[in-house]
Amino acid sequence: MEKLSEILAYGFMQRALLAAIMVGILCSTMSFFVVLKKLSFLGAGISHTALGGIALGLVTGLDPVFTGSVFAVGTAMSTGHISRFGKISEDAVIGIFYASGMALGIALISGFKGYYPELFSLLFGNILAVSVQDLVLMGSSLAVILLFVFLFLKELLMICFDEEMAVARGLPVGPLYLALLAAMGLTVMVSIQLAGVVLVSALIVIPGAVAYRLSGNYRGMLVISLVVGLSASLGGLFVSYFYPLPPGAAIVLILSVIFALAMAARFLFDQGWLVKFIDKGNPRGGIRDEN
Amino acid sequence: MNNPVETGNAVEVDRLIVKLNQKPVLEEVTFTVATGEFAGIIGPNGAGKTTLLRAMLGLVPVWRGKLNIFGLPLSRIQDIRSSIGYMPQRQSFERRFPLSVADVVATGLLSSQTLMRKIPGREKKIKDALEAVGMENFYGKPFQDLSGGEQQKALLARSLAGEPGMLLLDEPNAGLDFPAQQSFLDLLARLKDKKKLTVILVSHDLVSIAPAADNLICINRTMHTHGKPSEVLRSSQLDEAYRCQFDYLSGTGDKARWRN
Repeated sequence: MEKLSEILAYGFMQRALLAAIMVGILCSTMSFFVVLKKLSFLGAGISHTALGGIALGLVTGLDPVFTGSVFAVGTAMSTGHISRFGKISEDAVIGIFYASGMALGIALISGFKGYYPELFSLLFGNILAVSVQDLVLMGSSLAVILLFVFLFLKELLMICFDEEMAVARGLPVGPLYLALLAAMGLTVMVSIQLAGVVLVSALIVIPGAVAYRLSGNYRGMLVISLVVGLSASLGGLFVSYFYPLPPGAAIVLILSVIFALAMAARFLFDQGWLVKFIDKGNPRGGIRDEN
Repeated sequence: MNNPVETGNAVEVDRLIVKLNQKPVLEEVTFTVATGEFAGIIGPNGAGKTTLLRAMLGLVPVWRGKLNIFGLPLSRIQDIRSSIGYMPQRQSFERRFPLSVADVVATGLLSSQTLMRKIPGREKKIKDALEAVGMENFYGKPFQDLSGGEQQKALLARSLAGEPGMLLLDEPNAGLDFPAQQSFLDLLARLKDKKKLTVILVSHDLVSIAPAADNLICINRTMHTHGKPSEVLRSSQLDEAYRCQFDYLSGTGDKARWRN
């Protein structure tokens, strides 16, 4: 407790803690949909494309988080639009944006030589440098995205489960899917503060992937994803306070360890070695909650 | 609005042309399906059967011709969407999705009217639909743990959940073994009689569908034949549609016997 009071005595740590909680909730929620809709590569694509926007902000003097956000949301929505109406597969579109965004970022930074102290933080994450303005952006993103998910959860689940049926039932599938992608773009951008361009995609893939392995019901999956995301973001923050590790790397390493443990637990369960401890009722050996 | 289910013909198609990417997929297709009829749409792979079904749902645009559902043109599909239960092809859904059987059935109750709203009478409708297909004991079970046949029945329950007047089923038997196919078709025939449903089932396997259907509609991009299964199975138009001579007793087609 003394250590905790010591940590929280610093203003930067208070802001970092708040940021870790908000980003943990945001990424875990989006991770749930990323895994169910098989959009894992999109997370990496958005974050790397955002580098182009970040570089544009740095060389023009605009807020790089703002320009990066525009690129991230724009990439996410354009990917959905082009893959649907342009008859190009989603992974091909992501691959094109991914490379183009990175190329733009590298070209701008190389072409406009200058001193960009924020660049390293945005590439590799620096949650300890989070400002009040960043917290406001994270808080508003969290509020808007959680409201969107709360209002349209059943429709979003149906789109992930059976899009053809969702269209046939007359649901506004196109607008809802584009809104989901925009939420994903925004989540990636605000999370770059925590893990950086290079590592942020892990935050929106691993919590959902762990939850998918451990729960056969979406309610359980959502809860597990939240617990994993929050544990990793807070755990990573504290590890980086006590050990000389960047918070982003610490968070992703913790997530990777949790994923490995989940895979091992699932394997042991499937072999019947954990039956005594986990739900016996599932005839095919899944670890699940009841409705 | 008229009660759509009460009108004489459930489906009226007249000289229908559907183009996808400017290429004709269906040309000059004409048939009717009476209310309460079990109609099978048959034809070889790539014949445009799924496109025809999707056109009936307003999911692909009609280039030319008439397509009325319950007496209403497709421009008013929104008015009658709740009267149509749909079961897409098996590959349209995620087989290992973390939903319970009840959750899957509940998706059949969603519509533009339920956006940001609770579904009225959700639990009862789910239970009734599961009971109709004999799966009342599967309510809370994980959908991903069901066998292929059980998943098909759960999806049939989903298409029944909105209490439709007509069911459109796209290759519901694909991937099922013969006993499971027969069990599914028997169930469908019982439901049709009990709930006075119009059933339109798309299949490339005419041998399994023929005993259950009142009428068969045979297409291969254009209309080939339409009538009672006994007539259609003996029609030379069937051979033409499948591009082989059909031995309907054994259920095999023989290309060598096709008269060019």
